[in-house]
Amino acid sequence: MTVFIIRRLMQAAVVVFLMSLIVFFGVNVIGDPVDMLVNPEADQAEIERTIKALGLDQPIHIQYLHFLGGISEGDFGRSFIRGEPALKLIIQHMPATIELALVSLVISIALGIPLGLFAGIYPDNPISRAIMAGSILGFSLPTFWVGLMMIMLFAVWLGWLPSTGRGDTAVFLGIRSSLWTLDGLSHLFMPALNLALTNISLVIRLVRAGVREAMLQDYIKFARAKGLSANRVIGVHLLKNIMIPVVTVLGLEFGNLLAFSVVTETIFAWPGMGKLLIDSLLQLDRPVVVAYLMIIVLIFVVINLIVDIAYSLLDPRVRLKDQGT
Amino acid sequence: MSEQTLQETAEEPQAPIRVETPFRRFCSEFFESKIATVALVTLVAILSLALAAPWITPQNPYDLAQVSVLDNLLEPGEKAFAGYTMLLGSDGSGRDLYSAILYGLRISIAVGLASGVIALMIGTAIGLTAAYSGGRLDTLIMRAVDLQLSFPAVLIALMLVAVLGRGIDKIIIALVVAQWAYYARTVRATALVESSKEYIEAARCLGLSHARVVFRHVLPNCLAPLIVIGTVQTASAIALESTLSFLGVGLRQTEPSLGVLISNGQEYIISGRYWISTFPGVALLITIVAINLVGDQLRDVLNPRLKK
Repeated sequence: MTVFIIRRLMQAAVVVFLMSLIVFFGVNVIGDPVDMLVNPEADQAEIERTIKALGLDQPIHIQYLHFLGGISEGDFGRSFIRGEPALKLIIQHMPATIELALVSLVISIALGIPLGLFAGIYPDNPISRAIMAGSILGFSLPTFWVGLMMIMLFAVWLGWLPSTGRGDTAVFLGIRSSLWTLDGLSHLFMPALNLALTNISLVIRLVRAGVREAMLQDYIKFARAKGLSANRVIGVHLLKNIMIPVVTVLGLEFGNLLAFSVVTETIFAWPGMGKLLIDSLLQLDRPVVVAYLMIIVLIFVVINLIVDIAYSLLDPRVRLKDQGT
Repeated sequence: MSEQTLQETAEEPQAPIRVETPFRRFCSEFFESKIATVALVTLVAILSLALAAPWITPQNPYDLAQVSVLDNLLEPGEKAFAGYTMLLGSDGSGRDLYSAILYGLRISIAVGLASGVIALMIGTAIGLTAAYSGGRLDTLIMRAVDLQLSFPAVLIALMLVAVLGRGIDKIIIALVVAQWAYYARTVRATALVESSKEYIEAARCLGLSHARVVFRHVLPNCLAPLIVIGTVQTASAIALESTLSFLGVGLRQTEPSLGVLISNGQEYIISGRYWISTFPGVALLITIVAINLVGDQLRDVLNPRLKK
């Protein structure tokens, strides 16, 4: 087991190293850093001074070593626009994104499971057909457009919810979140629902498939034969078994939510990491872009690592297969 | 001469009966589903509308001489300065939205198709190489594929756009890089299954060259799953491009795809001018859903034959 974890850790380290290479050489070789970094109205002397100050006159491999040295100390450089360390900016914006992603996970479970159960238990009911058609639409709809339509409906026409921003936050149990204030909740609802759309469809499909399969199995028949109420059979026996794949898939989806929050945050002006990335991209704020990319790669590598290790703990075959190759 | 008579005698008794060619069987199976038929008809209609855009629109939205700022923000159905009716209204710079949507469809579909075809070719070449060479090269390629598929496509595309910048060519590159791995994985899996079958062994025993075995025998039998994944990936390429363009890091204002049009309308939504973002989005939605439905049906029709 230890050997397996060490091997996986080494692979993860290789991935992070490769990504740092790609991101660094991508930004510095394909794009022109001088163009990006130097004030376009600067005169020749000033351009040369900046190039020297940023170390851009050094050979590229020396620059890369500098970059690596900086990363290992958590230094990605300073934001050109905001003047603060890039890493600090990202970390400041991270809680808002994580809050959004977690709430959207909760929404997808809270809506997806009952709808999926209904569609699985009454497969021929017209409502079930409507739910399934809706779930196909949920996969096909472009998230950003649905977000705009939601703003139009709830904020402009009905006037029920605020269209953009994060709203008030409060500290409760040591966590600062917009969940604890009414204003925060009203700001949170639309972006979270928008981000949850694809996952709601996913949960509906998973739960429905699970129900259809489990209904035919002996343990459900046995529970019924014992004379248990329908609610108990569904709520305890059925649901427990269906939740395993749902939890696994949603766990994997968390990383995707962080990535897709880029879109949702931009629409709703939600002050998270994703909005910071897009703003920095548009303002050519290179250190922040590089820092965001490296951190999101790190998050993904860690998520994949945790999933791999969890699988190998649950299923020894995964470990054995890996040692075989 | 003798060949001709043979053909004639072979064809004559069959003439009244419909011969079941694979193509006809495919068609009859495909059109069994009403939804898929509607989707295909819709898709063909959208493609022809996009192709015929210059002849069926009142205005070329990119020709500054034809666009008047005086016409800006007209509601759907209002008359333009030049006399024609703006069926779907106009946007902030006075472009007729109906014309802009058809021209935007052209760009969106062209970008989707171009990146789809290039990704398909690159992915197929890499997948075939992996399957046919095996060993270390295969392991290396598949590691790269697994690695890439563990990141969501939108993130990879964003990463590339951050590096490359904006513009049609760069978006196509970003989409290709974000999508080749799906094709490579599919082709490799299918090619491995096919390679272990007898007809490939027979082809090898005949002493055919590697190239001939790969391109004439293995590849044609990988086409079915490739077509299916190609349709679905093209739809997602269109969605991805419009997402990037909406975020302002995709296509430029001078090459307005549907995503750019939707993004242009964003600032007017708060003031209740719904049409600028809504209609291009509906066009985008219909296109994506139609392609996905056609792809779903293709999967159902093409798959059973793979199992046979």
